[in-house]
Parts: sequence; structure tokens; C-alpha cells
Amino acid sequence: MTIKSQVNFSNLDQIARKLRKRLVKTSSSAKIPHLGSCLSCLDLLVYLYWEELSINPKDPANPDRDRFLLSKGHGAPVLFQVLAERGYYSINRLEDFGKPGSVFHEHPPKPGYIPGVEAATGSLGHGLPMALGMALAARILDKSYRCYAILGDGECNEGSIWEAAMLASGIKLSDLTVIIDFNKWQATGRSREIMTLDPLASKWESFGWHVQEINGHDFYQIKHALNNARDEKNKPSAIVANTIKGKGVSFMEDNNNWHYKTPNEQELNSAIKELEVSQ
Amino acid sequence: MRDAFAKEMTNLASKMNNLVLLSGDIGNRMFDEFKKTAPNQFVNCGIAEANMMSMASGLALSGMRPVVYTITPFTTTRCLEQIKVGAAYHEAPVVIIGTGSGLSYSELGPTHHSLEDMAILRSIPGLRVLAPADKNELIAQLREAVKFNGPTYIRIGKKGEPNLHTNLNNLGICQGNLLREGDQYLLLGVGPILSEAIEASKILEEQGISLGVASLGGIKPIDDNFLKSMLKKKFKAWISLEEHGIIGGLGTALLEWMSEISLDKRIRIKRIGVPDKFIHELGNQIYTRKKLGLDSTGIINTIKSL
Repeated sequence: MTIKSQVNFSNLDQIARKLRKRLVKTSSSAKIPHLGSCLSCLDLLVYLYWEELSINPKDPANPDRDRFLLSKGHGAPVLFQVLAERGYYSINRLEDFGKPGSVFHEHPPKPGYIPGVEAATGSLGHGLPMALGMALAARILDKSYRCYAILGDGECNEGSIWEAAMLASGIKLSDLTVIIDFNKWQATGRSREIMTLDPLASKWESFGWHVQEINGHDFYQIKHALNNARDEKNKPSAIVANTIKGKGVSFMEDNNNWHYKTPNEQELNSAIKELEVSQ
Repeated sequence: MRDAFAKEMTNLASKMNNLVLLSGDIGNRMFDEFKKTAPNQFVNCGIAEANMMSMASGLALSGMRPVVYTITPFTTTRCLEQIKVGAAYHEAPVVIIGTGSGLSYSELGPTHHSLEDMAILRSIPGLRVLAPADKNELIAQLREAVKFNGPTYIRIGKKGEPNLHTNLNNLGICQGNLLREGDQYLLLGVGPILSEAIEASKILEEQGISLGVASLGGIKPIDDNFLKSMLKKKFKAWISLEEHGIIGGLGTALLEWMSEISLDKRIRIKRIGVPDKFIHELGNQIYTRKKLGLDSTGIINTIKSL
């Protein structure tokens, strides 16, 4: 792993804008939902795949690679875009997205179908415990790879998340980093109103984790937090990333209708116009 | 059986640095030797089975051979979705051990009975469902399971189960074995409850009724060749025996198997298992088997009624 001392933030911005446009277009053409959920974690994935993870897209099964699991598996559309742009496979493969018989649908499939996908997620609460197992394997087999998982805030309703949280800190699994995509919404309402989610950062802290709270759309803050997580040698790290559901398209931002809704032609045109202007 | 499991795991861990034993906070002193032999390969995962099962699949996808161990209801139905998605869908080499299966913990009540685990788990694609009759069959199956590239569930008893197998050369996964010869009726069973069938066979022999007894070792995959060879012997009827609910387990699997055989070759199958109800009046395993007609007397009565 080479840690880059200089991060090209402008390049990350360009990639993020390009992928936002592709996401919105695909959601519209293939009628793929969870657009708001994808847009909220997109910047986190871009930073991870371009700056943080020790990976080689040409050698996706290398046993020493870092592992990333999208525990909130309904964000698969953004993961698929990121993996294509990062070079795991040709962007042309995404032309089949959502078509009958395609492997590209609403959730990541089991490994082996799409290069770079580490685990089938979609049923919430599975990804983090699996990442925990992968990190424990590194410790037992004396390997130095790190494991990362992005969780939804709604996903933190699941008991298995907190089971994993207690065990990971209990066995001091410091090579495990969790990022919570805290967009303040879940499928049918405000995440902090449906269950007592707050205080989210303190919860993770009380479960024995090293915790940081950041703006999940600010690449500088993401970099800083991930560097700190890497330096932490006694505890697993949780980064509570405050994000905006639907980030990047004004009429989608913080509007939970875009959990399920897909853009019609007019909405697509408006969204693309906004994203192009913001360049 | 659980002591034999612990001993064999210690033996395997001394040879496999990628074997890892995950325990759901049970087996207090049982794994002391294992921990001494391979201290980094044992994790007490606490009373948190959902996490333990997903974690096992994560370990398995990263080159490890995890063996998950706790009491049967908690390592099966408690974390069913984690078995389906994490272990089975990923084709992850996870070995799931359910200890104290069936009515082993009879007096602990229905929370600790496992009478539906085989029925449920055999419906999951790619998951092998095993129920060894004794410790020798368990050891043979465990040795195979930790080398297999896919998930395996092994349902075991508690302690003190007698050795039932006499031919130790043919033990393993999907291996039917005759435990006792007979030519009128054939009892096909899984698990330690086969000791009741052997006892029944001895008593019936004195009364001039010949009952063969076989262990199938598990219900998925089922030993097709062995069953076909038994079919040729023209028994009057087959009897299935399992310490498991009557719905969906061995008896059902045999009925399904028989339904695929051509009509003129089919023979009657009488199922013996736990009736479709929760057990409220509790006692130890011997008491409950007797009450439900699963003991040797119950088996004899069933056969005489055919």
C-alpha cells in the first residue's frame, strides 16, 4: 500500500460529478431505485476507491488486497459505477444494467460475477459482520490488509450491527473501519424518529470504537478521518459521515421520495443540467 | 459426541493453520486443549449468533475454514438468514455444528429443542445437512467437511452416546451404512437415536421379527446408491427414525426419494419422528423419547402395527 501524501481533490470532484450523472441516467433508463441513497454515499466511495484502498483492479482476487463491503447493499448502483470507472470492468458492461439476465441489478451479487464485489449484500446488517470476519482472517493469517464497510444509518436498526460492534472492539480489531452514511433518512421516514438513533457517534464510542464525525461530502475531511483511522492501533474505527440523501441534485436533496422514485425524462434533464452547470 | 468433537478439532487445528473455531459462549472447559494448541484460532463470539454466522462467512471468503459451534437452535434457526445469505449463497466453506440436537436438552424445554432444524436447512441450496449416529461417524464427516468448498451443517448429540458403527472404513458424508442386518423390515435413521433402533431390533429378533437398521449419516445429500441397494432387498416396509419433527426431515426426504422411483418398485415408508406439536410436559431425553414413541418400545409397537 502506498499512501499518497498529496490528494488531487479536483480530480476527485470531477470523478464524483461524472458518476453522479451516470447514476441519474441509469436510474432513469433502467428504472433502478435508491438513487437518493446512492448519491449520499457516492463521495465516500470515490475517496475510498481512488485514494484509500490498497487494490489493483487488474488483480481483484489478490489475497492481500484491502476489502470494501457496501453493507448498505441497496447502494449497489453507485458501487457498480465506481468499479467500472476504477477499471475493474468496462463501462460498457453497465449497458445491461437492470435488463433481464444481467448480473447488474439492485444489489451486489456474490463474488465471482462482478469483479471487485467482495460480498452479496442487500439484506441489511450482514456486511459489517462479514467485514469483521475478513479482518479477523487477516489477523490470524498474519496479513496486513484492512477492511472497510459503509453502513446506512437506517441499517443501524439491525441488531447484528451492534453484535458486530461489540465483538470487533472486544477483540481490538483495529484494521476494521466502518463509515456510516448518515443521511438522516431510511425507507419510510427520518432515521432518528423511527428508532432512537441519536446520539449516533456516542453510541459507537460507547461500544468501544474510535469515532470521528465528519462531513461525508468533503474529501478533505474524509481523507483526514481515514488517516486517523489508519493510525488507530487499539480499536476499530467508526466514521459518522454526515451526508445528504440525493446530494448533488437540488430537487432530490433531503427529499425521501427519491428512496424509491426514479427520474422521468423531465427530471432527468433537469438533474443533468444541474450537474453540468456545477462543473 | 461433543467431547469427541472438541478432541478432533484440536487434532485438526494442529495441522491446519486456517482452521478457526467460533463458539457462541459455550463449552466452558471443553476447548481448553484446543486453545492451548491453537490459541489464535479460537474466538468466543459471545451470545450473538447472527454476527457469529456472518463473521464465519467473512472468514471463509478470506481463506479460513471456520467451524461455528453452539447449541442447535441458536446456530440454526436463530441465525437462519445469515446461514442462507452468508454461508450458502456465497458457497462459503463454513462448518456449522449444532450441539445438543433433537431432544438432548429435553428438560430445558422447547426453547432448547431442535425439531425443525433439518427440515429448514435442507431447503437451502448447496447446504449439506448431516446427522452422525456416533462419534466415529462425526469425526469422519468433520474431517471431510473442513476440506469441502461449501457449507456443511452437522447436527450432533450431547454426551455419552454409544458407538453404533461397526464398519469404520465406510464412514463419511453421504454414506449409508448397515448397523444391523435384517430381512423383513428396514429402519433407516440418522443421529444417536439409532441406538433405540438397535435395541428394538434385538428384542424383535427374539420374537421372530427381523429388523435391519441403517444409518444414513444425514439427509442431504442422501446416499442414492445405498438406498437403491436396499430397495433390491425387498423389505416389507421401510421405517424412518429421527429425533426431529415429523415434517420435513429424514422421513420426508425418503418419501421424496421414493416418489421418484418407478411405481412398481416403490415400498411403504412409515415415519417415526416427533409429532407436530410443542412439548409442554418435560422430562429428560429418555422420558421424552418414550412418551413420544421414539424409544425401542415405541419402535417395536410401530413395526408390529404395520
